[in-house]
Amino acid sequence: MHICTFREKADYLKKKAREVRIEIIKMIYKAQAGHPGGSLSAADIVTILYFDILNIDVNRPQWEKRDRFILSKGHACPVWYVCLAKKGFFPMQELSKLRKIGGILQGHPDMRKVPGLDMTTGSLGQGLSAGVGMALGAKVQKLNFKTYVLLGDGEINEGQIWEAAMSANKFKLNNLIAILDYNNLQLDGFCNEVMPIEPIGDKWRSFGWDVKEIDGHNIKEILTVLENLKDHQDHPTFIIAHTIKGKGVSFMENLAEWHGKAPNKEQFKQAIKELEANK
Amino acid sequence: MIKGVPTRVAYGDALVEMGKKHKDIVVFEADISTSTQTCKFAKAYPERFFNMGIAEQNMMGAAAGISTTGLVPFVSTYAVFASMKACEQIRTSIAYPNLNVKIAVSHGGLTPGTDGVTHQATEDLSIMRSIPNMTVAMPADAVATKVLVEKAYQLKGPVYLRFTRCPLPIIYPKDKTDFTFGKAVTLKEGNQITLIAIGDMVYQALEAAKELEKKGISTRVVDMHTIKPLDEECLRQVARETKAVVTIEDNTILGGLGSAVCEYYAEHFQIPVKRIGLKDTFAESGEYLELLKKYGLSSEDIVRAAEKLAINNNLYYEGQNK
Repeated sequence: MHICTFREKADYLKKKAREVRIEIIKMIYKAQAGHPGGSLSAADIVTILYFDILNIDVNRPQWEKRDRFILSKGHACPVWYVCLAKKGFFPMQELSKLRKIGGILQGHPDMRKVPGLDMTTGSLGQGLSAGVGMALGAKVQKLNFKTYVLLGDGEINEGQIWEAAMSANKFKLNNLIAILDYNNLQLDGFCNEVMPIEPIGDKWRSFGWDVKEIDGHNIKEILTVLENLKDHQDHPTFIIAHTIKGKGVSFMENLAEWHGKAPNKEQFKQAIKELEANK
Repeated sequence: MIKGVPTRVAYGDALVEMGKKHKDIVVFEADISTSTQTCKFAKAYPERFFNMGIAEQNMMGAAAGISTTGLVPFVSTYAVFASMKACEQIRTSIAYPNLNVKIAVSHGGLTPGTDGVTHQATEDLSIMRSIPNMTVAMPADAVATKVLVEKAYQLKGPVYLRFTRCPLPIIYPKDKTDFTFGKAVTLKEGNQITLIAIGDMVYQALEAAKELEKKGISTRVVDMHTIKPLDEECLRQVARETKAVVTIEDNTILGGLGSAVCEYYAEHFQIPVKRIGLKDTFAESGEYLELLKKYGLSSEDIVRAAEKLAINNNLYYEGQNK
């Protein structure tokens, strides 16, 4: 059997992430609604989780020992849906029914409709608490799974996030990993203008978390940090992932206006062209 | 003060018994365990008890999360905080995905008495009733509490169970176990007026019924411990067999038991209904019984309301002809 090298793996994941981005743009274009900016900024992280890190079984979506993933910034669900579909949890054709009545892919994710989706999210600030509960459930039942929660930077304005942060430390949840998709933009503009969150690392460190900082688009950096979490001390882990909103599509990058709007035909063609060229 | 057992105490005891039988029960608490009585479970099963601090929203979310791993969380705090401070967490993280979380809360209605409005939950039944997937109930005494807490464990899905701070007399025989969510209990038969009450108001209704019988009004008393799902079969019987209805709840009359009963009757039967409860107002600090009197929820108020219904509908006359 061929054991792939770290470099081969990184190349494979980079290719996957590009495919994921293309599907994200396609489904948002088709739906003419959705959130491209935050989906693209999270694409590398979520792709790596689903295609390398998470211990999951597509044939047993409810397997009790599976790793959990919660996209707490639920509006970026296109990236979640694409990864789940590409893993085989449901047919790829469903992606064309994003936000359509009668479909399983709601505007914000519904765990009761989508196989493999571990938590209903969309109301910001609630996903980390659910992650705390899942990590506690693992401790009580002596199960070894890990729980990963992807947070938005604007989302951490919510007070509930900090309640959850305190409790994760109290219960020594070393099986809980929160990743901040730090693209520095929220709906109304730059984070430091809407509601400053810095110094973000100090804040989480003071709440008792082990804080790491990476480039959220550097496949090797993401892989390295996620692969070296094993057997950590008694603390939950907080990964600050610096990202670019709209990453991969030049005219979407770093613009708050692409938080929640679909491309028109011309923009769609341009976006696909750019993503396909980016090999 | 009424002599008896606060239903929160019965809840605390029931949890300990159930914890022995059901190893999948975990308890979440927001720093008032001696008050909600989850402290007893904490002492018996510390490894399955989580004090989340004064942070109700995170507590609800964590309960939602842990329920997805197969455990059955009972979440306790005061009714006012659960239903309002963490309302959206209950709606979106628990009820929307229909997760198996039991929200078991103390200090329902005016029962916190002198604590005042900040700690009195007088809108929670209405709020919780409006949320899809949610079962909403309030037992009338310690016996019903013990059974309904077990039934909440057996039911798959979210439940909102409301208890009292103050003592309530024991109404039911100790060995009564056939309480079921959505199935009302007829405590006393009668064929003219029916008093439909919930929780601590069931005792007031029973007291009122005694007075009404003395006045020659045949009075039925129904313990509608579950306002969702509502026992429509019971309401059909009441409409067919009695002439007028008084609903009584320790909650605002907007959206709770009275509203539920009126909504049903408006679409199915022509029967006069009088709602007793808080009349779109906040209360104040005071002893529980003083508050019931001042805000029109005492047994005397029930008697007056029933008498008025009897006069307006010629029930006295009918009764005398029998």
